[in-house]
Formats: sequence, C-alpha cells, structure tokens
Amino acid sequence: MSTLEIRDLHVSIETEQGTKQILKGVNLTVNTGETHAIMGPNGSGKSTLASTIAGHPRYNVDSGSITLDGDDVLAMTVDQRARAGLFLAMQYPVEVPGVTMTNFLRTAKTAIDGEAPKLRTWTKDVKAAMAQLRIEEDFASRNVNEGFSGGEKKRIEILQMELFKPRFAILDETDSGLDVDALKVVSEGVNRAQGAGNMGTLLITHYTRILRYIKPDFVHVFIDGRVAEEGGPELADRLEDEGYDRFDASDAVTA
Amino acid sequence: MTNDTAQPVTNEKARIGAPGQAIVGMNEEGENLSTDNVSTEQHGAKAHSHGGGAGVSDSSRAGRLTSYNLSDFPALTGREEDWRFTPLNRLAGLHTDELTGPAPTVQVEKPDAVRVETVGRDDARIGVAAIPDDRVSASAWASFKEATVVTIPSELEVDSEITVTLTGAGMDPAASHVLIQAEKFSRSVVVLDHRGSAVVAENVEMDIQDGAQLTVVSIQDWDDETVHASAQQAKIGRDAKLKHVIVSLGGDVVRVTPSSRFAGPGGDVEMFGLYFADAGQHFEQRLFVDHAVPNCKSRVSYKGALQGQDARTVWVGDVLIRKEAEGTDTYEVNRNLVLSDGARADSVPNLEIETGLIEGAGHASTTGRFDDEQLFYLQSRGIPEDVARRLVVRGFLNEIIQQIRVPALEERLQAAVERELEAGDY
Ligand SMILES: Nc1ncnc2c1ncn2[C@@H]1O[C@H](COP(=O)(O)OP(=O)(O)OP(=O)(O)O)[C@@H](O)[C@H]1O
Ligand SMILES: [Mg+2]
Repeated sequence: MSTLEIRDLHVSIETEQGTKQILKGVNLTVNTGETHAIMGPNGSGKSTLASTIAGHPRYNVDSGSITLDGDDVLAMTVDQRARAGLFLAMQYPVEVPGVTMTNFLRTAKTAIDGEAPKLRTWTKDVKAAMAQLRIEEDFASRNVNEGFSGGEKKRIEILQMELFKPRFAILDETDSGLDVDALKVVSEGVNRAQGAGNMGTLLITHYTRILRYIKPDFVHVFIDGRVAEEGGPELADRLEDEGYDRFDASDAVTA
Repeated sequence: MTNDTAQPVTNEKARIGAPGQAIVGMNEEGENLSTDNVSTEQHGAKAHSHGGGAGVSDSSRAGRLTSYNLSDFPALTGREEDWRFTPLNRLAGLHTDELTGPAPTVQVEKPDAVRVETVGRDDARIGVAAIPDDRVSASAWASFKEATVVTIPSELEVDSEITVTLTGAGMDPAASHVLIQAEKFSRSVVVLDHRGSAVVAENVEMDIQDGAQLTVVSIQDWDDETVHASAQQAKIGRDAKLKHVIVSLGGDVVRVTPSSRFAGPGGDVEMFGLYFADAGQHFEQRLFVDHAVPNCKSRVSYKGALQGQDARTVWVGDVLIRKEAEGTDTYEVNRNLVLSDGARADSVPNLEIETGLIEGAGHASTTGRFDDEQLFYLQSRGIPEDVARRLVVRGFLNEIIQQIRVPALEERLQAAVERELEAGDY
C-alpha cells in the first residue's frame, strides 16, 4: 500500500494585484485502494490543490508538505512526480499541436516505465483501452487534444490514466462537460483502474452526479482553500440536498 | 492586417501579359525587352511612388515595379518596403556589386524522359515565367551567363523526383538562373538542393502549363557563411497545379521571394515553407500570390522555428485578389515558434482584395513561445523537459515536412531538424 499525504499546505499565486493566498492549510491522506471525493464551490481552490500536487510552476507552496510514502513530492520536478506514480487528469487538458496521440502516449509510457513498451502488446492495449472508452480509432493519429471536444478530452485523460497505471490519480472535474452516456463510460474507466486495487483516487467535483457511478470512501468539502468538513459517502448526499450554502466562507477562514 | 486597397490599380492587365512577350525583345545583355512592358511597369510603379522607398507598409503589391532592366531599380537604402527587414550590410555585395563570380555548379539527377539543358542568355524560353521585381533579382537577371532549363515533356508523369543540386562555387558575388518548364498535363517533382558556400542571387522560373502538376522543393542547406537571395516565380496555367515548398536551414542570410501568378482560370497553388534559424542567422521569406484571373485557389502555410541569440526570421505574405479574379479561394497562414530568448520572428500577412465576388479569403499569423502549458502537460505525463521540447518542435515542423510527400526528402529534413535541435543550447 502507498500513501499520499498532504499536510498543512499553504499555496499562493502571483497576480497583477499582488500575491494571492489560495490554499490555507489543507490536510489530506489518501491510501491506494481508496477513493476520496473533494467537493466544493467554484473558486474554492480544488484545481489549485490538484495542480500543486502535479507541480505546476504557477503555484507557490508557502508552507506545508506533500509526501508519497514519505518521499518529498515538492522536491520533485513535474516529470519526476509523474514517474513516481502521480497522475493528474486536468480540468482543461492542453492541446499540443503537431504531436500525435500515438507518439505522445508511447513517449509518455516509455518515460514513466523507464523502458519502451513492447510494441505489439502496447498497440493492442491502446486499442482496447480506446474501445472501452468509446474513443474513435482515428484519434490515435490526431494531434494531442487538438480540436477535441470537451468530452473527448476528458476521455483521453482517462485513457492515459488506464494506460499509465499511476499509484494516485487526481481527477479534476473529469465529469464536467460530459453527457450521461459519456459520464458512465468514464466512470467505468475509473472503476476499472480503481478495481485493480493498486490505485488511490482523488476525485474533484463540483456536482454529486458522478458519485452515482463512482462510490467514494471519503468526502471532503472544500471551502475557501481548506477542508471545511469531512465524512463518508453520506456527506455527498447531504450536499446534493443542501448545496454549499450552509458553509459560510468567512466561517472557514476564521476556523 | 487586411489592407484596404483604396488606391486605384491601373496597369495590372498590361503587367500580366508582360513576361512572355518580353523575352522576344531581350538582347544579349538581357537589358532590354519589349519597351512597352517596361514603361507600363514604370507607370505602374509611379502610380504608387509615394509608397516606394519610404518604408510605407501598405503600398499595394499591384504597384510593385517589375522589369528586366537593372537600371530601372534604384539603389537600395534599406528603407524600401520589401527590403526593410533585410540586413543589407550582410548581403556581401549582392545588391551593390556586379555579380561576376562563378555561379554554383549544377548537377541533375533525373529520369531519361526529362530534358535538362544548359543554355545561354539568348534562349527564347528565358523569361517565360518571370520578371524581376526587386533590384537583386534584376541584377541576377542582368548577370547570369548560363541557365539550367529542366523540361518535363507534355503528359509525362514522372515517378521519381528530379534533383537539381546547386553547389556554391565560392564567395565572389554570383548570379544563377534556373527554368523549370512543366509542359501540358505533365506531372513531376523537382528538388532544388542548395549546398556549399556562396554569395549568390538566383532567379528560378517555373512555367506550369495548362493541366500540368508540378511540385518544386527548394532546400537551402547552405554552409554557415552563405548569402543567398532567391526569387522563385511561377506562372500557373489553366487548371494547372503547383506545390511549392521552401526549406531554409543553413546560411548566414537567406532571402527567398516565391511568387505564384495565375495565368488561366482553375489554377491551384499550395505554397509551403519551413525554416529553422539558429543564433545569428537571418532567414527571410516574402511570398506573393497574384490572383489575376477567376476561379483559382491558393493555400499558403509557412512555419518557422527560431533558437539562439539573434536568430531572426521574417515572413511576409502578400496575397492580391484583383478585380477580375472572381471566385478566388485563398488562405495563408504563418506560424513561428520561438524557442529561446534573443530570437525574433516577424510575420506580416497582407491580403488585398479588389473584388467582393470571391469564395473565401483569409489569413492567420501566430508567433508563440514554446508554451509553458504545453510543457507542463507533457511533463505531467512523465516526459522530461528536453524530450518534451523536441517532441513539440518536431511535431510543429513535421506538419510541413509531411506535406512534401517525397519519402527520402522527408527523412532527410527530419534528420536536419533533429540536428538543429541537438545544436540548440537548452
Ligand atoms: N492563474 C490564476 N490567476 C488568478 N487567479 C487564479 C489563478 N488560478 C487560480 N486563481 C484563483 O484562485 C482561486 C481558486 O481557483 P481554483 O481554480 O483552484 O478553484 P476551483 O475550486 O478549482 O474552482 P472551479 O470549481 O471553478 O474549477 C480562485 O479565486 C481563482 O480565481
Ligand atoms: Mg477547478
């Protein structure tokens, strides 16, 4: 079993108006085999947490720690983190013109595993994973995310998760922009990966809809840069009924 | 940047007919030609003389002086619209000196059915498809001693490419002339492979006759010190098709000015360009598409990468849709990728539209740095930074390389891009 541990994390960014605090003391422990849902209103800092774990250079860690089985994640470069087993499915996946999906997937897999995948089985694996996610075959020859619809990009993120087999997957609003059919397909993908037993999932979402298909073990409510409440799956049901209104941001700040 | 051509354009019809007829009157020195044409052109130029020489960017391309006569072109100051980006002090005399140095040697690889001749200045075919439109081109025209004429006979379809290798013969300013004549309904690929050390001004004429399909790939793979100015003019006949590709990789100053002029309806041109400038290199490409007749189509796509201190590229894309060119369909795009500090890319699309009765006309131009978000995305998939950069640059330029569709050439250019990348000091 592996553990991803986030302790008292404070993160800020530089804006034109000056330094802006976004994360104000986040604590979170995720073990492989567990699914954690992080829910919260717009702007509460969910994506900031995800990007900080992945190492996006825009986010400054002012204090706190992130460790993976005790190793200091914050000391690693972005690509080292990925090779250590962290995977971020982005809220807004980036288009990379000129680089085909096939080339990209193979290059990434080679980097993550430290050796090139066996060509025959790899091609088969990619095809099978694409079929399961209902991704058209011709996507393989298209450029990374270029001209893909929002929903297609999200499926491509999950495709990568299934192929790269990370120890921890952080899914940032993978559900947004998906219709019900796509939501089911994507959820099945996550459940397949999670079901293999070697992955922990941090499922970031704004809505409870996806939690009908992916059952979280834990739910964390994110308000104004920190976890305001935690519980089991029943907490999600309560949010479904009550929304985030009962969490007053100013309370969370003074807590 | 769409130019609104409020200025009346007076002499375009006269100009269109010019080059073909002009040859007849050209004498041994190549200085004279049908005086009607020259004087017509000069009037055309005068009509816009307020734009000439003052570096005014929006003078209509229709008014550009064209002449076989060197003395019609005033000495360059560097302030001219079409020279304002060019470092004249690095032209090694191309624009001032007589071009009497030894011309690059010419070697041709070709199938038997294709004719290659070395001809004198008085050959009747010289000038069939081109007329100089800048001083250096006119100087080359006045100075070349022999021309290489490549003829693809009517209806011949050539499977393998015809390769013309031009190897620099030294650093004395020289002139060079190539004419490619694709006769009716022929189909062929011609590669102009420029290598070695030279200071050379070159005119390349491409005569694509009715129904012919010609691909021309001009590779500038010169040694570091080379200075090269190349005017490559195509005359595209009725229902004819040209694919023109320039690839600039090596040399100190390389300035290529390709132009495509439609001479009959139904013509189709694709113009591609790829350039990769390293520290100190100046690569300039100025193209012109002259939609002078109805129902022709043009697609222009140029891509450049720059890395290193004072790597410099210029792209200017003039597309002119004349009043009579109804049904025109045109799109031009230039994209530049700046890979390091200290490099600079200029990109100036310039679309002039004189009729509203067209299928479509558009342009796009971007000059981006290698994007941090792209880098982050690739790194977040475990790909180290240097590998990520290569992946992106390779991909960026491959979009053009893939268009060439000559496997051996694609491989060579891919390898050349790899070398450029390896030379980079990331
Ligand atoms: N690059 C940035 N520039 C300026 N402000 C930023 C930037 N990135 C994040 N922020 C701000 O930080 C706060 C947290 O943003 P973040 O994207 O982490 O929220 P979120 O919870 O993911 O929201 P959403 O549900 O809309 O995705 C917001 O107020 C946001 O405006
Ligand atoms: Mg977000």
